[in-house]
Amino acid sequence: MKKGIPWIATLIASTLLIAWLTSLEANKANHGMLISILQKSVILAVVACAMNLLNGFTGLFSLGQAGFMAIGAYVTALLTIPTKNLDGVYYMNGIAPSIKAFRQWLDTAPSWVAASYPYLALLIGGLVAAAFAALIGFPVLRLKSDYLAIATLGFSEIIRAILASPQLDTVTNGSYGLNKIPGFASILSPFLIAAVCIAIMVLLLRSSYGRAFKAIREDEVAAEAMGINLLKHKAMSFVTSSFFTAIAGGMLAMFMRSIEAKTFSISLTYDILLIVVIGGIGSMTGSILGAFLMTASKEWWLRFFDQPLTLWGWEVPFFRTGLRMVIFSLLLMVVVLFYSRGLMGSREFNWNFLLPETWKSLLKRLPNRRKKA
Amino acid sequence: MSNKMEYRALELENVTMQFGGVVAVDSFSMHIEKDEIVALIGPNGAGKTTVFNVVSGVYAPTNGCVRLRGKTIAQGHPTGKMRSLYAGSQLGEYEKLISHTPDQITQMGVARTFQNIRLFKNLTVFENVLIAKHMRLKAGMLSATFMLNHQEEKRIRHETLDLLEMLHMTDVKDEPASSLPYGKQRYLEIIRALATQPRLLLLDEPAAGMNPQETEDLSDFIRQIKEQFSLTVFLIEHHMNLVMDISDRIYVLDFGKLIAEGTPREVQSNPDVIAAYLGVDEE
Repeated sequence: MKKGIPWIATLIASTLLIAWLTSLEANKANHGMLISILQKSVILAVVACAMNLLNGFTGLFSLGQAGFMAIGAYVTALLTIPTKNLDGVYYMNGIAPSIKAFRQWLDTAPSWVAASYPYLALLIGGLVAAAFAALIGFPVLRLKSDYLAIATLGFSEIIRAILASPQLDTVTNGSYGLNKIPGFASILSPFLIAAVCIAIMVLLLRSSYGRAFKAIREDEVAAEAMGINLLKHKAMSFVTSSFFTAIAGGMLAMFMRSIEAKTFSISLTYDILLIVVIGGIGSMTGSILGAFLMTASKEWWLRFFDQPLTLWGWEVPFFRTGLRMVIFSLLLMVVVLFYSRGLMGSREFNWNFLLPETWKSLLKRLPNRRKKA
Repeated sequence: MSNKMEYRALELENVTMQFGGVVAVDSFSMHIEKDEIVALIGPNGAGKTTVFNVVSGVYAPTNGCVRLRGKTIAQGHPTGKMRSLYAGSQLGEYEKLISHTPDQITQMGVARTFQNIRLFKNLTVFENVLIAKHMRLKAGMLSATFMLNHQEEKRIRHETLDLLEMLHMTDVKDEPASSLPYGKQRYLEIIRALATQPRLLLLDEPAAGMNPQETEDLSDFIRQIKEQFSLTVFLIEHHMNLVMDISDRIYVLDFGKLIAEGTPREVQSNPDVIAAYLGVDEE
C-alpha cells in the first residue's frame, strides 16, 4: 500500500466522525440516549485499552482498575466542582478548610488556566494514580499471575473503603459522594481525550519498550536473558496503565456528574475485563470495539427485553425487568464459544481492506479451506 | 604484574549449587581463556545446565565464586537454613555475598541459549531478534513513545536485518517464530543471543535433535560466528562429534563433580570418562 493512503483514509474517517458527532450535538434532545452511550463507551474504551496494555501485552493479570479509576475520579471531582457549590455538596459534613482555601486560591489563577482546567484536573488525577501505582508496584509486581490479581484486587477494595470511610468525610464526603461535577463542554471532548490517550498507548506498544513488554508476556526467563530488567519494565507498564485508567476515571466522573465510592466496586473492573476478553486480549482495536458493543448492547439494544411484549395478542413469557441481563450473558457465551480468542484475537485494525488485493487473496483462500474441511 | 594483563574470559572457583539436600554441582572449578571454545559434557543430570544457570545469574551459588574477565559477578557461602543443610565440600573463603540478576549479566556481555528452545513464540522472527537490542537502547520510555529516537530505532532495525541476512532468514522475518522448523528455531535462538552483542556465548545443547548433517553445519556455523564476532564460546553438548570437532578443551561432569578435563584427545581416552558414559563392570 502506498504510504499516504492510510493517512488520508484516517483523516477522512475522523472528519466524518467529527461531523456526525457535531450533528448529533446540534440535535441533542432527540439523541440523548445515543450521545450518552457513545460517551460512556469511549470512556470505557480508554480503560479497556489501558487494561489490555497491562494484561494483554505485558501479561500481568491485574484487577486494580476500579481503584485507579476511583483515584482519578475523586481527584478530578475535587478539582472541578465549582467553588460556589462546594458548601452545598458538603452540606452534611462540611469541607476540609484546606481544600476550600486551595480551591479559592485556584480561582485567582489567570483565565487561560481556567479554560484548560478540566483537562489539567484529569492529568493531575492520572499523575496521582501513577504515583500510587509506583508505590504499590514494586512490592506487588514481584508476584506472579493469580497472586498479582488478588493483590491488585485487594488494593482496589482498600481504595474504595478508604474513600467511603467516615474519617475522610470532609474530603471525600464519605458515603454521600461528590456531585455537581461539571460535565464535558462538548460531546467532542471525551472523544478527543480518549483519542489522545489511546494513540499514546498504541505508540508506546509500537516502540522498543512495547516490544520488551511483549517479550515479558511471551517468556519471562528468555526476556530476562535478553537483558530486559523485569521489575523495571513491569513497573513501567503498570504505572502507564494506571495513569490512563485514572484519566478515564476522571472522565467517568465528568460524564456521570456525581460519584460515590460504590461506583468503583469490583464489578466495574469485571465489566472492563469482559470488554478486554470479548474484544481480544492483545488487541487495542478489540478493546475499543468491545467497549462500544458491550455498552450499547447492555444499556440500549437489549432494552426491549425488559418490557412486557405482546405479539398478536399473545403475551411473550419472561419479558420483564432483568431478562435483558440474561440475554446479554447468553450472547457473551455465544461470542466466547465462537471467538475463543475474542472478536479480534490479537489482530489490529488497518486500512488494507480498502485494497482490491486483500479481497483477491481472501477469495483465493476460500476454496482451499473447503478442501481441507 | 601489570594492570594490562589479560583476564580469563570466565572463571569458576569451587562453585557448589545445592537445592535442599541435593548437591547438583559440587565444588566445581574451571576457566575459559579468551577466544577459546570450551565444552562441558557429562551424562544426563550431571549438573551441566545448573552450571550455566549459575554463570547466567539464574541461580546464586551456594558456595564459591564466578569471575567474568576478572570481575567477581557471583559469590556466595551457605547462609540461613543452608548452613546446617550444606553437604558440599567447603573450600575457599567467600565471605562477601555478591549476586547479579540475569539481565545484568547479559548487559555485561554474556548471552545464552536454552536447552528447550525459549523463543518468543507469538512474535515474529524479526521482533525476536530486535528485542535483544532493547537493552542497548539509550532512549527513555517517553522519547521512544513519541518516536524521538527514530534514528536509533532505524539503526537497531538495520542491525537486526543484517543478522537475519547472515542466516538467510530475511524471507521469513515476518513469520511467527513458532512457525519455523525446529532446526531454524535453534539457529534463531543463537542469532537472538548474538544480537545482545556478547563477548561470551553460552550454548546449551545447540545440536539437540539435529541429524549428523545438520550437526556438522552447526559446528561450521559456531566457528564462523566465533571468528566474526570475536566470541568466547562455552557449550554443553551431547553430540560427541560436535564436541570433539570444535572444542579446544573439555570439562566432564558426573553427579556434579568434575571427573576429567583436557583436550578432546585426552578426554576421549580418560578411563573415568569412559566409565561414566558406559558404566563399569561391578565384578
